[in-house]
Amino acid sequence: MPEAVFVRPDSLSDVSTHYCPGCTHGIIHRLVAEVIDELGIRERTVGVAPVGCSVLAYNYFDCDFHEAAHGRAPAVATGIKRARPDLAVFAYQGDGDLASIGMAEIVHCANRGEKVTVVFVNNAIYGMTGGQMAPTTMPGQSATTCQMGRDVETAGHPIRVAELISTLRTPAFVARASSHSPLAAVNAKEMLRRAFKYQVEGRCFSLVEVLSTCPTNWGLTPAESTEWLEKTMLPYYPLGVFKTPDGDDRAPLPRKP
Amino acid sequence: MAKKLMKGAEAIGEAAVQAGCHLFFGYPITPQNEIPEYLSSRLPQVGGTFVQAESEVASINMLYGAAGAGERVMTSSSSPGISLMAEGISYCAGAKLPVVIVNIMRAGPGLGGILPSQADYFQATKGLAHGDFRVLVLAPWSIQEAADLVQDAFDLADYYRNPVMVVGDGLIGQMMEPVEFYEDRQPIKELPPKTWASTGWKRDRPKAIINSLFLDPAELEQHNIDLKKKYDLMERDEVRFATYGALDSADVVIVAYGTVARVCLSAIEALENDGIKVAMVRPITLWPFPYEAVREVASKAKDILVVELSTGQMIEDVRLALHRPRPIHFHCRLGGMLVSPEEVIDKVKAIKAGTSEEVHYA
Repeated sequence: MPEAVFVRPDSLSDVSTHYCPGCTHGIIHRLVAEVIDELGIRERTVGVAPVGCSVLAYNYFDCDFHEAAHGRAPAVATGIKRARPDLAVFAYQGDGDLASIGMAEIVHCANRGEKVTVVFVNNAIYGMTGGQMAPTTMPGQSATTCQMGRDVETAGHPIRVAELISTLRTPAFVARASSHSPLAAVNAKEMLRRAFKYQVEGRCFSLVEVLSTCPTNWGLTPAESTEWLEKTMLPYYPLGVFKTPDGDDRAPLPRKP
Repeated sequence: MAKKLMKGAEAIGEAAVQAGCHLFFGYPITPQNEIPEYLSSRLPQVGGTFVQAESEVASINMLYGAAGAGERVMTSSSSPGISLMAEGISYCAGAKLPVVIVNIMRAGPGLGGILPSQADYFQATKGLAHGDFRVLVLAPWSIQEAADLVQDAFDLADYYRNPVMVVGDGLIGQMMEPVEFYEDRQPIKELPPKTWASTGWKRDRPKAIINSLFLDPAELEQHNIDLKKKYDLMERDEVRFATYGALDSADVVIVAYGTVARVCLSAIEALENDGIKVAMVRPITLWPFPYEAVREVASKAKDILVVELSTGQMIEDVRLALHRPRPIHFHCRLGGMLVSPEEVIDKVKAIKAGTSEEVHYA
């Protein structure tokens, strides 16, 4: 009898995705699905899809889903989790969705300590709308709305979301990982596993930023994209764990006497 | 339960609790802050949850999440806050989510003022947000009616899987009146279980996808047609109004809603003593509008008077209601100023004397 050594995770639907060749959304979907499978929580997981390339994520994950308005996924996740605390709730968002139009929602969701997990995919560009500048676009990186490259004099510097969220006292787990190589993906899965596990344990808000490639809108081949991510994004967006549930920066403060 | 003296805002909050709503998400804005304040302490008593959101934009999306997960949920706000919620209300309508939204209207446009107004009539009934959708709009004229309509709103929202809005002016939020809640209150509709909700999927039903996105135009067209059928049912079955005064022989018929209608009723009683016969149609649902009731009463009256705390937004619906083009008289106060019974009495007398200028000829 042949033995299956590589199968589709139970938490992924048996469908083809619409993602471009070389895009790592598919890998990140798979990592999230494997974590859900391994934690045995598929039957009580509800996902929230963003507006952006992963808008159709509800077709790809084999669990109940909400499709949120642009940037509002953390608010929708808040509503679901507060309504049914027994559910495991995750929002899956891109950089335009989370770091631009949805900045208020992500900051306050994190700061309230909603017991949800946010998977933040940062590919330094607006993908679905055709390659416009994102809040995370690198200095000098060209995009359809900054064709001479991002000018930090007028557009400011790219926002480091993991660092920004980790300045808040409340969130429990904030990490940045990448998806550009097999080794990076293994690490990303571990970050996602911890993020979901802390949620299941009721320990608080968790966010994992995952660096991703966008060959189509970067105008590079998949291989070149991987190299570009390594050389350009990694130095500015360092990988690592920024906050843990038991960190000193989360020690309880005295209440007003 | 015995009658209890309650402030309107508290009665609205308690009505939600009595209707089984255990979730409230909202953002502070005057003049409705007593609703979230009341529920912030009341909901934990019944095992519920109150969240002060970071904005009205977030609030309505929290409703989207909670309603999608199958729970009864409410928010309240006032005019500028409702504008901020517009996007999310459209998504709720598109995703067929039952949510209840209370708008304690204040004067506008822009930041406007904080005093009572009915300036959001168009917004509530015609153009709440982008896309092709409707919400039921209920307009109470007393604290008791506000409590009753809020409870009904949850049943209607669940039954139609559609947002329902309760609109009041600042007086509805701030007045104190006796209110009674009925322990044996039954839902006004037969409500099926929410098998569509995202409650975690054991693969024993279709996967729940709470969604308003339809990329296939043929599919979206069918969705629009299905929604329209629902709105047609609402127009057929949910029209509510009340009538007062000399319905069969009125010199003047007044059309007014909310607290303005109570002021008008005082005027009608005073005018009766002077031998002037006045009738009134009070829309309780602003959408669907009681066109037939207005048509029928107006057909037996010599003149028509609309009284509003806006520059005449409801006149358009009154014109649509009439059999044939007829002059309409109008009286309003704006900016948070209130209509007095004396003003209505003077206006009716001026109409009778032929000295009132009609605002709308066909």
